[in-house]
Amino acid sequence: MAQFVPNTYRGKLIIVEGIDGSGKSTQLALLSQWLRSLGLVVSFSEWNSSPIVRGTTKRGKKKQMFTPTTFSLVHATDFADRLERHILPMLEAGAVVCADRYAYTAFARDVARGVGPEWVRNLYRFAVKPDIAFYFRVPLSVALDRILRGRASLKYYEAGMDLNLSSNIRKSFGLFQKRIRKQYESMSKEMGFNVIDATGSIQEQQKEVRQVVLNTIGDALENDILRVSR
Amino acid sequence: MTALEPLTFYSDPLPGIAPNDLQGKLIAIEGPDSVGRTTQVERIRNWLEASGHAVVDTGLARSALTKDGIQRAKTGHTLGPLTMGLFYMSDFADRLEHVIIPALRAGFVVITDRYFYSVVARAVARNLDSEWLERVGGCSLVPHTVLYMRPTVEEIVARTVRGRKYFEYWESGMDVPYGSNRFRSFVRYQAKLIEVLDGFAEKYGFTTVDATRSPDEIFAELRRHISVVVGL
Repeated sequence: MAQFVPNTYRGKLIIVEGIDGSGKSTQLALLSQWLRSLGLVVSFSEWNSSPIVRGTTKRGKKKQMFTPTTFSLVHATDFADRLERHILPMLEAGAVVCADRYAYTAFARDVARGVGPEWVRNLYRFAVKPDIAFYFRVPLSVALDRILRGRASLKYYEAGMDLNLSSNIRKSFGLFQKRIRKQYESMSKEMGFNVIDATGSIQEQQKEVRQVVLNTIGDALENDILRVSR
Repeated sequence: MTALEPLTFYSDPLPGIAPNDLQGKLIAIEGPDSVGRTTQVERIRNWLEASGHAVVDTGLARSALTKDGIQRAKTGHTLGPLTMGLFYMSDFADRLEHVIIPALRAGFVVITDRYFYSVVARAVARNLDSEWLERVGGCSLVPHTVLYMRPTVEEIVARTVRGRKYFEYWESGMDVPYGSNRFRSFVRYQAKLIEVLDGFAEKYGFTTVDATRSPDEIFAELRRHISVVVGL
């Protein structure tokens, strides 16, 4: 079980998860736009973007230095920095923080790489529990089609080439995504995901996402969240 | 000579490593800052090599993966305690998998200048949850012996003034901070580190070596303990 820290701050935390090609980033961008249009202060945080850890991640990837364990630890370091530097202060200030991927990405991806599920859940124990965690559920074939059609090249770790699943990078990517998807599916209940059917149209999905937000934290959005007068 | 068990992992074995393949000896030297570890490791290494043992030594923040990143992060003084703890754990894991384990597999004596205990101690001194980071360190091998060079704070102050000649920002816990000026913060932060390491000495079964004595006396005792481990 993940024992995250409860969010006792004025702000709210909304996160999106799903395999590559599930459309989660598009949905989060639309959600942020809408929240901003309501006059709320919204802050965005993206997986793997810490200014002080990014260089190390890049180095590890470029030189293929990562093992499953160090891959997991360096990504957790990146997350910790974003949490300390950005997410926690923003929540305390009263913003809505929208995060593209959260600790669950590590639970899915690192376990798919062979890291122990309990070990990695403990690793992220310091994370704030999201107020809403959306999981964009998409059949593997749909996601693969979206990614492989639109992208010229895949990267080594992204395709799980370190796992020796296949020497063909596109094939390896598919097998790796399949493993990751399995992890998302099996933790969905444990983590209390709000599951969105990501095969629907973008507008349909967004409508559902906004409805979940209103139902879950509508009062807080109305009364507690920091606003800019316009 | 004590019969040594094969190496084992703490709570969470690393994927793909068979401990039975690890024929070398793993010796960790622990202790707070400026206790004279570097000098001792060098002497131990020379002595072991002179007696025919192949030695690899490694130490905190020396990993090829994270070395530059940690250095840069510390320079900016914007490193938070969670990030610091995990950055150092990344460093540790990288050295464990890419330096320590390959050397053990090849039958070397590995001397590591601090193990994950120091990383946890620094985090605890920054008010973080000890159990959390100890479990992260659960992916490491139980060393054949952990020799804890235990000084007094007075001793560390004296060595720091003589050696480094100033109280370094992070070694003084200034990011927490522990006191109203650099010296006071240094003293209280180092005292806290020793307190935490004392607790770990009990919990993890360190051999405590009194480090308030002369370097020769300390070396003689370290050598005695290591002789047992390597069978000299």
